[in-house]
Amino acid sequence: MEKNCYAIELKGISKHFGPVIANDSIDLGLRRGEILALLGENGSGKTTLMNMLAGIYLPDAGEILADGHPISIRSPKDSYAHGIGMIHQHYKLVNVFTAAENIVLGMEHEKKLDIAGANAKVREICARYGFEIDPEKKVYDMSVSEKQTVEIVKVLYRGAEILILDEPTAVLTPQETERLFAVLRNMRDDNKAIVIITHKLNEVMAISDKVAVLRKGKYIGTVNTAETNPQALTDMMVGRAVTLNIDRPMYEHQVERLRVNGLSCYDHEHVKKLDGVSFTVMGGEILGVAGIAGSGQKELLESIAGLCPIAEGSILYYPPEGGQDELVGKSPMQIRKKGVSLAFIPEDRLGMGLVGSMGMTGNMMLRSWRKGSGPFVRRKDPKELANKVLNDLEVVTPGIEFPVRKLSGGNVQKVLVGREIATSPSVLMTAYAVRGLDINTSYTIYNLMTEQKMRGAAVIFVGEDLDVLLELCDRILVLCGGRVSGVVDARTATKDEIGLLMTSVGGKEGA
Amino acid sequence: MDEKLKSPLIRLEKRNKSTIKPVYAWLIRLGSILFALLLGCIAIALAGSNPIKAYGTMLDGALGNAAFRQQTVKKAVPLLGCALAIAPCFKMRFWNIGAEGQITAGALAATFMVRLLATKPEGNSASLPLLLCMALAAMLLGGLWALIPAFFKAKWNTNETLFTLMMNYIIIGVVAWLQAGPWEARQGRIAQFPQSAWLPKVEGVHCGWIIVLVLVFIIHIYMRHTKQGYEIAVIGDSLRTAQYAGMNVGRIMMRTMFLSGAISGLVGFILCSGATNTLSKDIAGGVGFTSITVAWLSQLNAFAMVAISLMLGILTKGADTLQTVMNVPAAISDIIIGLLLFCMLGCEFFINYRLILRKKAGKGGAAA
Repeated sequence: MEKNCYAIELKGISKHFGPVIANDSIDLGLRRGEILALLGENGSGKTTLMNMLAGIYLPDAGEILADGHPISIRSPKDSYAHGIGMIHQHYKLVNVFTAAENIVLGMEHEKKLDIAGANAKVREICARYGFEIDPEKKVYDMSVSEKQTVEIVKVLYRGAEILILDEPTAVLTPQETERLFAVLRNMRDDNKAIVIITHKLNEVMAISDKVAVLRKGKYIGTVNTAETNPQALTDMMVGRAVTLNIDRPMYEHQVERLRVNGLSCYDHEHVKKLDGVSFTVMGGEILGVAGIAGSGQKELLESIAGLCPIAEGSILYYPPEGGQDELVGKSPMQIRKKGVSLAFIPEDRLGMGLVGSMGMTGNMMLRSWRKGSGPFVRRKDPKELANKVLNDLEVVTPGIEFPVRKLSGGNVQKVLVGREIATSPSVLMTAYAVRGLDINTSYTIYNLMTEQKMRGAAVIFVGEDLDVLLELCDRILVLCGGRVSGVVDARTATKDEIGLLMTSVGGKEGA
Repeated sequence: MDEKLKSPLIRLEKRNKSTIKPVYAWLIRLGSILFALLLGCIAIALAGSNPIKAYGTMLDGALGNAAFRQQTVKKAVPLLGCALAIAPCFKMRFWNIGAEGQITAGALAATFMVRLLATKPEGNSASLPLLLCMALAAMLLGGLWALIPAFFKAKWNTNETLFTLMMNYIIIGVVAWLQAGPWEARQGRIAQFPQSAWLPKVEGVHCGWIIVLVLVFIIHIYMRHTKQGYEIAVIGDSLRTAQYAGMNVGRIMMRTMFLSGAISGLVGFILCSGATNTLSKDIAGGVGFTSITVAWLSQLNAFAMVAISLMLGILTKGADTLQTVMNVPAAISDIIIGLLLFCMLGCEFFINYRLILRKKAGKGGAAA
């Protein structure tokens, strides 16, 4: 019987949140000894679907079969009882505990806690699948990839036969990703069923045996990885043909626009976040910034924007009309009054770049509310700008006064980008500009960046997807632990080269 | 197995606020008031009175004749004024619960001006210059009293909730000391103001009601249409966004708190000059706290505050009558007011969420 081949089978699973349908009657089967990639754009319902297997949500309709028998998963405990283990995107570990302590945390023990036995069992699991982890290491001493390993060992320790990994590679370097994939292959060969949630196509091609595609909460289909290609998968994901090339023209008249010299800064816990960073940005180029999350990208941009206290160093701005301005020690308002047209698209769009409770008009005013004399605000110009952004960038909203917080991620970003480029900036800084956006909107953003570059603006593009950085940027600056690890030419560099620079300054192995 | 496959009995689901009909939302609010009054019936009945008669007495006691109505308005005026004062702070998410103290500070400054300027008897008519001096002094001291916690918050990020609360007890303590010491007239009281320091009456109530009604429009325009109002709204939404936009957050906080304290101080002036004609440590009498409820219930909408403060005025005046006429214990009226506020605040939950009961024909049951 075919039914018995599935370790877990979902039949007609639906889940809605209020009026939003996250999953609409989805059928899916997982087999042992197989890696299934669950592919879909942000918001297509991948994580929701898997959370129902992990016991976090209850399906509104449909049934779940384990080895052909209907089961009910009402809590994470039920989920473990059926051998399902999920590794969430955000790790849930106790920092002051060791790896092994975290792994046994929450399990019911018949006798006293046997930590030595737990350590031994953790070592045994590691040896079996090729993990590298010291069970007695404290979590606060661990890198992101080690923490992920702890999470994976945790579910294996509980006897999981079916593993679900939610975007496991989002925070890893290319080298770490390779190691993870090797482990996953070992687990597959050990006859476990593995689901990897992702939206990175090259990874789907590299690791999976089968690909199931979701689109807007609907199940589109499952294909064998060997019989498909990235273009076909994208078309399934988006629902129509999409071109995947980023245009990268050269700007002829590059001039130096920004020179950062020996920049250092500390966070409020006096941890050094930037350490003697020096680089230049030319007008008419896109300078990519790569690095593991938290390597100083945020502090770098905020220092330039005047939002981060600077311990030492200088930031010189060369206006197109000649001369130079020192930006260190100036507030954002002073920088703007100096005539430096600096646009900044921060990582936290609603928390820093926009006012979520206001409509588009109110958000356009964020750059211009002081204009004009007298105590009253002028709404006419912001309103016109809001309408212009709405039309130019095709923002989908019930109206320009509708709170932007309630718009989808892509539309929120369009409002923010639209406002920032409306100032015709000479320096444009963006942090993770396409995070959480669908493919189409991502390409709109890439094109806008290139458009700004061809206008002669200096664009600083902090990104996380190395493939995109290599295709979009002119040069790539790699940060590692707050220091500049290297600057490479994006037209000739390789992913491996950048990956090495991300983990060690200068790219030396084991540094 | 059958049991396990069932879905939970009651589920909560977030409503999409843009789709819920306003009429429906107001029906829920109205229903909550009726529900509270129903619960109140139980309390009244337990105290041995007839609930229907009790409610009738309350309504009659609050609105029955012109004198009662004037009393009701008199109770509503400080509530409204003070709710208007704290609205900008709350919009900024600066939790100023020190309006009580700022009122007291205002009343203290106004009294100081009376003692300074009205030294010789000046006849029976109100003196405009004196009243103006009193009002300005009250606003200044109320504003400064509110500025202190704002300064500390801006400089060292202290907790404004605790700070403003503690400031209440300090100023009330100061007045208690004045009342029993330097300013004592007789039996631990401060002398009544001369009539030149009394707010003139319009339509039988001191003209404070005109002042607060004008304030309703001023605050509405200030919050919706000025640059400062915009700054306040941005800070309230996200501090980081305000910094990103180049706003001097600390300065705006201090400015807004000064404004808020100044209006509270003005309310203090209205209370001592219009209502009690003297100063006592109980001058604010909880108005500073009740007005927080007024501000919240009206969702910081200046016009809604008029209605809510009137409603609370009717309730407190009605409760007073209930106590004297029907001998219902004072605690019962407090219980009724408490129930009303609880239900009105609680009903917002049902506006944001809806309950879904498990469907009778369980789909899971068929599997067994």
